[in-house]
Amino acid sequence: MGVEIQIEHLTKSFGKSLIWKDVTLTIPAGEISVMLGPSGTGKSVLLKTIIGLLKPNEGKVIIEGVDIASCPEKELYEIRKLFGVLFQDGAMFGSMNLYDNVAFPLREHTRKSESEIRNIVMEKMDLVGLLGAEDKLPGEISGGMRKRAGLARGLVLDPEILLFDEPDSGLDPVRTSFLNQLIVDLNAQIDATFLIVTHDINTARTVPDNIGLLYHKHLAMFGPREMLLSSEEPVVRQFLNAQRVGPIGMSEEKDADELEAEKDQDLPPLPPIPLQQDPSSGIPRRSQRPAGEWCRVNGVTPPPGSFAEGMSMAPGA
Amino acid sequence: MSSATADRVLAPIGTAGKLFAFGLDVGRSLFKRPFQTREFLQQAWFIASVTIVPTALVAIPFGAVIALQVGGLIKQFGAQSFTGSASVLAVVREAGPIATSLLIAGAGGSAIAADMGARKIREELDAMMVLGIDPIQRLVVPRVLACMLVAVFLNGLVSVVGVMGGYFFNVVLQDGTPGAYLASFTALAQLPDLYQGMAKALVFGLIAGIVAAYKGMNAAGGPKGVGDAVNESVVITFMLLFVVNFVMSAIYFQLVPPKTG
Repeated sequence: MGVEIQIEHLTKSFGKSLIWKDVTLTIPAGEISVMLGPSGTGKSVLLKTIIGLLKPNEGKVIIEGVDIASCPEKELYEIRKLFGVLFQDGAMFGSMNLYDNVAFPLREHTRKSESEIRNIVMEKMDLVGLLGAEDKLPGEISGGMRKRAGLARGLVLDPEILLFDEPDSGLDPVRTSFLNQLIVDLNAQIDATFLIVTHDINTARTVPDNIGLLYHKHLAMFGPREMLLSSEEPVVRQFLNAQRVGPIGMSEEKDADELEAEKDQDLPPLPPIPLQQDPSSGIPRRSQRPAGEWCRVNGVTPPPGSFAEGMSMAPGA
Repeated sequence: MSSATADRVLAPIGTAGKLFAFGLDVGRSLFKRPFQTREFLQQAWFIASVTIVPTALVAIPFGAVIALQVGGLIKQFGAQSFTGSASVLAVVREAGPIATSLLIAGAGGSAIAADMGARKIREELDAMMVLGIDPIQRLVVPRVLACMLVAVFLNGLVSVVGVMGGYFFNVVLQDGTPGAYLASFTALAQLPDLYQGMAKALVFGLIAGIVAAYKGMNAAGGPKGVGDAVNESVVITFMLLFVVNFVMSAIYFQLVPPKTG
């Protein structure tokens, strides 16, 4: 049914360079959350800290009452069995074919017979659309296939938490939107907690229930999708609408001169909020909120034209 | 500024400490079940397959050179009948372990470092840890053990091939007598010489395996990082092995008195 991830006052630096400081958020159980941020703001580092591959300098990551950041190695390996992770390039084991790759966690962690393993592996391969490619080696297939194979491997142990490290990097827009649909369908099916790290705006605008934005070494904002998409906060607004006007510059922050020059420029109006992507069955996910609910409850007027059917996904298109 | 200098001076000590800590981790994981028999056998086979032929090819000239040196020297002393004994002693005591260390570090260790480095930068090791599997137990322990096993066998191979090379050189090219060569075999050499050679090979395999795995697992910075890791692992292993070889020889001479004819 999914597990909540509680992150408290997390700080991480490599040597003298600070990555981010005092990040506090709770990723709600069973919901899809997206973590956004300009390149190089430590989104992947955050992901690796959540699974305990990197130790934070300060702070806690609490999952089912266990603090990942300080628990002993043995407990860490136990708690990791709750996780499924999709790495950027799939991280398939190069020496094994796809079937053995997907079967690997089952063979290592369970006492299932080969025929049971076969059933599970084939089911997951089918789910990600890779039936017929079991005998291929990871080096022989395309990047998109490797990602899907990585997803299949992340799914075999029925994880409670699924983490995606840039599922859309290096994929064409069509494959990206298929993968997004797969993510939404999966969430509807297994109700696990999903955290997606990305900088693809289309994904961020339409897939998640919650959005977070890492910027300038801190968490700028984290909250329901509609809250961020209707936010007037300059950083959030600039990033979510892919604009040049705003505090984010080419390299990290803009300096005072540039900001001064932009001062009188009018910000373009907020684009309308698109509808959230539905599962392909058409039945809303358990954690899905009705369109416009957050805006209504909090008395925020969404930008005109929001939640219209068949709206173009690409901002400015 | 002074702290930066101190950092730079102390950095190698930190690295040495981390390498040692890694060795301890490997030692601890050695006893964790389940033991990866399959991986161990595969790796042993792999390391053997990349080292056997080069080792044999290195051992022949090694034996010949020793025969050449010792043969000339011993002739001046007028003790030709001891040629066989001297060459056995040199091959079994020193040439065997040294040739083994060169090959295990150069061929076996570099292959391990490259393999682990590639896995590291492709995030395979991270993926493994995330799947709840300790890469040290799953990958490093079998490799280190395989390295040790193969090193012991290689040492035997070098001894046999080296002595045969020495025999051929001495008898066929230096006009030595086969009888004298064979008869003097045991005049100076003794059984403990063989044991110390095997002990050395075992330790060399351990060091080569651990250094290679450590360097590979800490590769950083993309494909170039893997190349650097392989390079560093070979250089570090060579230096360590020659020092350890010296120390072990010195200890051996203290413990085992030389045989007097």
